[in-house]
Amino acid sequence: MTAPELRIENLTVTHGRHPAVHHLSFALKPGALMAVVGPNGAGKSSLLRAIAGLHQPSGGRVTGFSTGQVALLPQQAMLDRSFPLTCRDAVLFGLWGESGAFGATPHPERIEAALDAVGLHGFARRPVGSLSAGQFQRVLFARLLLQDAPVILLDEPFNALDARTAADLLAVMRRWHGEGRSILAVLHDIELVRREFPETLLLAREGIACGPTEISLSAENRLRARMMSEAWAEGAEACGREAA
Amino acid sequence: MFYAALIAPFAEFGFLRRALVGCIAISLSAPPLGVFLMLRRMSLTGDVLAHGILPGVALGFVLAGLWMPALALGGLLAGLVVALGSGALARATGGREDAALAGLYLTALAAGVTLISWRGSAVELTQLLFGSVLGVDDPALLLMGGAASATLAFLALAWRPLILECFDPSFAQAVGVRGSVWHLGLLALVVVNLVAALQAVGSLMAVGLMMLPAIAARHLSRNVGGMVLWAVGIALGATLVGLLASYHLDLPSGPAIVLAAAGAWVLALALGPVDGLRARFRPGRHLKG
Repeated sequence: MTAPELRIENLTVTHGRHPAVHHLSFALKPGALMAVVGPNGAGKSSLLRAIAGLHQPSGGRVTGFSTGQVALLPQQAMLDRSFPLTCRDAVLFGLWGESGAFGATPHPERIEAALDAVGLHGFARRPVGSLSAGQFQRVLFARLLLQDAPVILLDEPFNALDARTAADLLAVMRRWHGEGRSILAVLHDIELVRREFPETLLLAREGIACGPTEISLSAENRLRARMMSEAWAEGAEACGREAA
Repeated sequence: MFYAALIAPFAEFGFLRRALVGCIAISLSAPPLGVFLMLRRMSLTGDVLAHGILPGVALGFVLAGLWMPALALGGLLAGLVVALGSGALARATGGREDAALAGLYLTALAAGVTLISWRGSAVELTQLLFGSVLGVDDPALLLMGGAASATLAFLALAWRPLILECFDPSFAQAVGVRGSVWHLGLLALVVVNLVAALQAVGSLMAVGLMMLPAIAARHLSRNVGGMVLWAVGIALGATLVGLLASYHLDLPSGPAIVLAAAGAWVLALALGPVDGLRARFRPGRHLKG
């Protein structure tokens, strides 16, 4: 699979007038495996949502791909897990690009195969409301499998998972990387980032560093990221930088 | 005995047959809308919209008396203003949609009751609020049939987008589902169904036929399709029981139908396999694995 090159140019994403991501530029090369690291409130999720087209940036742009080429794993809090849906139906939405709102589902056996691939054999008829957080994360990974997108954005994919689930899903992610897909993942576990991710974007609203993980996560850079104030600067003046 | 109690009223009285046909139509379309409102945690929105249509109905009544097209048109316009206006108001002022809804519907209810009591009698007020089987004339029947057809056609198209938008709105947006369009379509059809049911069951009671079967169905099925089938079945049963009770006991038709649906809800709540009281307190022995 050949992934497109994603270019983030001078991107600013705001909540109201307060910047969550501030004048950020970097490129996600085809087949890259990049972690996004930064303190709480650093704009990591906002960045992923802006790339996925869920949050309109107030400045700058994201280019290099067409609709359907980017798939996002959201944080679980964004979904209604009490909704009466079976695992099979939840995963089926991954084929939306092919079936749309009305079409038949081509090759329904792919749904079973996707559930098997994330370790959920026999779960097809289970209501999603009865799943543990780890099992539900597996369902979301199965949906991503079916979306078959060349660029995959993962928002805290391994949070609150037991060791076995995390290892299984990490293996799925490695397989995606091996297939040539580009992956951009928000993570808090620095050891995991050092072990698995060749590249890292260190974010503290502004981009602190982007490149090889060891350089991005140098002591000096991490100190700079920690200096970011989580509070909004209420009395700040309007930003005068060019919004290219 | 059986014939006299269940069949004869419909065989003998044309007005009762018309009410039955009309209510069957609404029983096919309103409960599925109720299921989607419930799943979106908007169970009370139907109630709010039922109050919202009242000033329009009242205005139609003041201008044209108990003439269905005027009542329906007025109700439709007022209901759409409340349904769409509250969303627009909330977005424009940064407020919460439920707060805007509450403000609009309280105003609408007071205005509606004032208008009707100003120009009508207590009998007419009761009829508008709670319905009368005598009131189902040809235009009313056509409206009920039309509303049911439009709703079923809409649901056939909107089924997957509505479910996806409820379950995972971000994903829906990312794959290009225009969630707000389907949402507004749903609310508009809720208004249309409430207005269509106006003559037979009344503006305040119509929402009972929409929501009670839906919330009963929640205890009877674990998937959306099953819930919709249960809800429609309960509404059909409640319609039949309610109309017969209304005939035999001389009750207003709206409350009679809604009470029958309420009976089904109580049963489902007590005995239903999904989160029912019996399942909760007497769950049976646990399984081996």
